[in-house]
Amino acid sequence: MTTTPSLTAEELSLGYGDRTVVSDLDLSVAPGAITVVVGANACGKSTVLRAMSRLLTPRAGRVVLDGRLVHRMPAKELARKLGLLPQSPIAPEGITVADLVGRGRHPHQGVFSRWNEQDDEAVAQALDATQTAELADRAVDELSGGQRQRVWIAMALAQQTDVLLLDEPTTFLDPSHQIEVLDLLTDLNQARGTTIVMVLHDLNLAARYADRLVAMAGGRVHAEGEPAQVLTEENVRAVFGLESRIITDPTSGRPLMLPIGRHRVFEPANG
Amino acid sequence: MSADLLLRPAGTARVTTAADVARGRARRARRRRTVVLVLLVLVVAGFAASLMFGRTYYPASDVVRVVMGEQVPGASFTVGRLRLPRAVLAVFAGFAFGLAGVTFQTMLRNPLASPDVIGISSGASAAAAVGIIVFGLNGTAVSVLAIVAALGVALLVYVLAFRDGVVGTRLILMGIGVAAMLDSVTAYALSRAAEWDLQEAMRWLTGSLNGTGWNQVTPTVVAVLVLAPVLLWQSRNLSALQLGDDTAAALGIRVEHTRIILIVAAVGLIAFATAAAGPIAFVAFLSGPIAARIVGPGSSLLVPSALVGALLVLVADFIGQYALGTRFPVGVVTGVLGAPYLVYLIIRTHRAGSSL
Ligand SMILES: Nc1ncnc2c1ncn2[C@@H]1O[C@H](COP(=O)(O)OP(=O)(O)O)[C@@H](O)[C@H]1O
Ligand SMILES: [Mg+2]
Repeated sequence: MTTTPSLTAEELSLGYGDRTVVSDLDLSVAPGAITVVVGANACGKSTVLRAMSRLLTPRAGRVVLDGRLVHRMPAKELARKLGLLPQSPIAPEGITVADLVGRGRHPHQGVFSRWNEQDDEAVAQALDATQTAELADRAVDELSGGQRQRVWIAMALAQQTDVLLLDEPTTFLDPSHQIEVLDLLTDLNQARGTTIVMVLHDLNLAARYADRLVAMAGGRVHAEGEPAQVLTEENVRAVFGLESRIITDPTSGRPLMLPIGRHRVFEPANG
Repeated sequence: MSADLLLRPAGTARVTTAADVARGRARRARRRRTVVLVLLVLVVAGFAASLMFGRTYYPASDVVRVVMGEQVPGASFTVGRLRLPRAVLAVFAGFAFGLAGVTFQTMLRNPLASPDVIGISSGASAAAAVGIIVFGLNGTAVSVLAIVAALGVALLVYVLAFRDGVVGTRLILMGIGVAAMLDSVTAYALSRAAEWDLQEAMRWLTGSLNGTGWNQVTPTVVAVLVLAPVLLWQSRNLSALQLGDDTAAALGIRVEHTRIILIVAAVGLIAFATAAAGPIAFVAFLSGPIAARIVGPGSSLLVPSALVGALLVLVADFIGQYALGTRFPVGVVTGVLGAPYLVYLIIRTHRAGSSL
């Protein structure tokens, strides 16, 4: 929580079975910043996140955290430095919020070591930060989607890692809950300097909340940089095959993408 | 490190403290401890009762003297040679089934995925039946054969149906099919038995404690003493695996490694217990859900389930022997309890439209 660790992927090739999904990908995550990854469905975003957190072994290339190979680090040590919230985590039937959040302490505990005050403190902070304290004794499977997502984020917070990867943390949430989650992650980034890498589907929210935006296409990084450099009409066309107009978001000064389909738009302005 | 990391929106008062969290945790732990204690008392009481009661009643004082090794006319034979090994096997086999069952159910996140539903018990049973009846083996050789077969079935089901940590209808159906095939192997072996022995048949088809001798009891006891600690040692990792493979890995679990340890230890328990007592129907399948009901969700079910298993076998055997007029093997009684629950689970999951 004091130094900001560096995380990079170098010449990474990834695949499943005999299918290669990502080839020769280089990505360097800005320490202490919020990086948002966007791209069409199935372009390999989750795959890259999984490889960065060692869930997937690379075919070639490496992932380096603070000068060390992620795939060579002891599992628990890595889990104390880097956390991942997968796209669809599974809550065991009937588990309570407090218990689930407590599971985030796993990498900090030995096989026989008992819970200590630090664990309780971490859980309390995580519940507070996500405003899930009043849900602590409720069963996770009876919560609303937005509440449940906050609980999962609380679990990841209880893990107290310097780097946090999140795979589509806002999917299935209504707009106000999406904003709530993104604000929470921004708080986390600003208060603790946590490096955040997340996959988002909404390009406009991505451009608004990202310090750096990464656009992936076909298992490669197509463009990378500040949101204004990356969210351009050419890039949207190349990455999503979508015509669009980019204007400046009057509420944030960030780029705002307006999609152009075949219907419900005025004739193209300049032919 | 500052305790309060400024993560709350400005102006909101901090609502949770470490003490609050600790209190909630203590409350849940207390419930679990109480349940374990009560179950333990019940198992001990059931064990004592099954030594004292039966066709003839022996007072506790006689039983204690026999257990201490004194010669007591009548009691030495009935209690020492008949009831004691039987009760010890009931406790340890039940413990093994309960522990192995809940391990599988938790690891595969599916109450139907217990070793007796997906064919692992049937594998052990078929191997034991073939070993004893066809090849005339006994003792350790039977246990070894059972464990090899059970591991083989586990591997087969794993390879055929278990990919990427996803357990769906496929694994369950595959397992049920494999179980049916193996049961017919058992039936075939029984049909070739030189002297048709109904007791023996019932043992390998439904599980039975009839005619239990110490030579059957010892391997199971040793297996429990060796393998139960392995599972308890993995208990936290098992809890993490429940969150899905990706989340578990992100929490620092070596998923494959953990799964292999869990499978080998659980299959070992099943195989040893089955080699001694047969596949006592549905004990592995029932113990976990019963324990979950009593303990409540969230905490580890390993010990409570093991104790529920022991209690189930003790009580079912007692009922089978003395409560029904004719003597039934223990597996018939547990089968009567378990089958409706299996049907209920299948109907429920089918209705919910989930992946079984
Ligand atoms: N476990 C898996 N086994 C086989 N193929 C997979 C697996 N996970 C993802 N894929 C394939 O890899 C490609 C990239 O998937 P993914 O990384 O999930 O994409 P995204 O997250 O960008 O939507 C897809 O074509 C998908 O079908
Ligand atoms: Mg994805």
